[in-house]
Amino acid sequence: MDIRAASQLTHLADSPEPAGLSAETASDDRAGPLGTAIRLRDIRHSFGTLEVLAGIDLEVPAGDIVGVVGPSGCGKSTLLELIAGLREPGAGSISVGAETAGQARLHSCAYMPQRDQLLPWLRALDNAALAPRLNGHSRRQAREIARPLFSRLGLSEFENAYPRQLSGGMRQRVAFARTLLSGKPVLLLDEPFASLDAITRADLQEWLAKTLDGEPRTVVLVSHDVEEALYLADRMIVLSPRPARTVADLEAPSPRVHPRTHAVSEQAFGEVREQALAALAGETDAGRREA
Amino acid sequence: MSPLKRAAAPLAVIAALVALWELAARWELLADLFEIKPYLVPAPSDVVQSLWENRELLLDNAWVTFGEVGLGFALAVAVGLAFAVALHLSPVLKRAFYPLVVGSQTIPIIVVAPVLVAWLGFGIGPKVAIIALICFFPITVNTLDGLGKVEEEQRKMLRTLGAGRARIFTALELPTALPYLLSGAKIAVAVAVIGAVFGEWAGSSEGLGHLMLLDNSQLEMARVFAAMTVLSAMAIALFGLLALLERKVAWWRPESQDPR
Repeated sequence: MDIRAASQLTHLADSPEPAGLSAETASDDRAGPLGTAIRLRDIRHSFGTLEVLAGIDLEVPAGDIVGVVGPSGCGKSTLLELIAGLREPGAGSISVGAETAGQARLHSCAYMPQRDQLLPWLRALDNAALAPRLNGHSRRQAREIARPLFSRLGLSEFENAYPRQLSGGMRQRVAFARTLLSGKPVLLLDEPFASLDAITRADLQEWLAKTLDGEPRTVVLVSHDVEEALYLADRMIVLSPRPARTVADLEAPSPRVHPRTHAVSEQAFGEVREQALAALAGETDAGRREA
Repeated sequence: MSPLKRAAAPLAVIAALVALWELAARWELLADLFEIKPYLVPAPSDVVQSLWENRELLLDNAWVTFGEVGLGFALAVAVGLAFAVALHLSPVLKRAFYPLVVGSQTIPIIVVAPVLVAWLGFGIGPKVAIIALICFFPITVNTLDGLGKVEEEQRKMLRTLGAGRARIFTALELPTALPYLLSGAKIAVAVAVIGAVFGEWAGSSEGLGHLMLLDNSQLEMARVFAAMTVLSAMAIALFGLLALLERKVAWWRPESQDPR
C-alpha cells in the first residue's frame, strides 16, 4: 500500500464539477503501482421510474480495499451488481481491469452475497471448492485445490461438515473461502457480516482484515456500518440516500492496526469515523428537507 | 421420540377400530342396524382368515397390480420431470402448457379408463396410461415449484463463480428441486394404486382391482376386504420407500424450508 494522508475529506457533493474532469484528476492521484482495477464514470441507474444511482464516479487502484457505506436502500448492492457485470448501468461506463463488457467483467469479479448462500447439500470444503468445480475440475481435484486455503483460513477441522452443522460465523468464513477460491482479481463483498451477532461480527472483521492483508486482491466492501468499513478498507466512500451520489471520500488510517479493538479506539480512526458519520447524517438531513 | 413411541398412538387407534369392528360384526350390530345380511359384513378375523387362505391368489394378483403401478409411476416421473424442466426453462412453453397440465387433472379418470381400454386393449397399456395420468400432475407441479425456489442471490453468486446457464441448472436448480420432486412423488404413489384399480375395473382379467370386482359380484366380502388390505399395504410400502429415499438423498430439506 502506498503512503497516504491519514484522512482527507472531500465533499464531492459541494463541488459540482463536470464528472469527466473530476474522474481524470482522481485517476492521476490514485493510480497505484499496479494500475487501476475498477473505474466507474458517472454511473446512473434506475429501476423503472425509481432512480437509484445518480452519477457515481469511483477509481479503485489494484490491490486496494474500498468500503462503500450509505443508508439502507441507497443502491449499494446495485452498485456491486453493476461492477460485477450482473447488470448493465442505465448510463455511464464501467471498466474492471481492461474489460468494459458485462460478460468480461463477470470473469474478473467474484461476488459474495449478504447471506452465506452455502449450498446445503454440499460439505463445507465442497462449498468452498465451488468455483474450481464449476470451471471443469473433478470433485476430487476441486477439493485438492481448495484444501490449502481452507487450512490457511483455519477451517481444516470443518472440511466435511455440512452447512447446517456450522455456526453463522463459520458459514461466513466458508463463504469467503469460496469467494477467494474463484481466483478472481476483484472481490465484491455485499455486507458480508450483516446477518451475524455483534461479537461474531467483530471476530470476523478481524479475521477478514488479517486474511486480506495476505491477499493481493482488489476489494469493494459494501456495508451500512461505518466502523466496519473503516477498519477493513484503505478508503471509504459515503453515499447519499437514494438516488445515491458520493457525498464523501475518506482515507482510512493506515497502516491497519491489529487487534481491532486497538484500531477502533485510535484517535485517527475516531476522527475519520466522525467525518463519515457527519457526511452520512448531513446528507440524510438534506435529503429529508428536499422531500 | 423413539420410533416405537411414535408408532404407539396410530397403532392404538387402529387396534381400537379393528376391535370395535370385530365386535360389531360378531354381534351382528351393523347387520341389525342397517338391515344388511350378516354374511355381507365380514369381521376382521374373517378377513385375516381369507388373507391366509387366499394368499397365493392375492399375491399373484398383487404382483400384476404392482407391475402396473411401477410402470405407470416410472412413466409419470419421467414425463413429469421432463415437462417440469421444459416449462421451467421456457416461459413461453410454461404459458402455453401450464393450463393443460392443470386441465389434465380435471379429466374424470373413471370415464376415461374405458375409453383407454377401448383404444389400447385389455393388456397392461391402458392401466399404465391411467396411473401415469394420475401421477403426472403432483410430480410436474411440485418439481416446477421446486425449480423456481432458487434464490436470486445464489444465482448471482454462481454466475460470478463462473457458472453458465447449463451449470446453474445442474449445480443449483436441480438439487434445489429434488426434495420437491420427491414429495410430489410421494403424493403420486399413494394415489397410483387407485388408478390401477380404475384401470382394471374398466377391463382386465387379472390384478387386485379385477379380483375385487369379481368377488363383489359373488358376495365374497371377506376376500374383497382382503384384497383391499393388500392394496393399502402396497401403497403404504411404496410411500414408505419413497420417504426413505427422500431422507437418504434429500435430507437437507428442513433447512431449505427455514428462511433464516
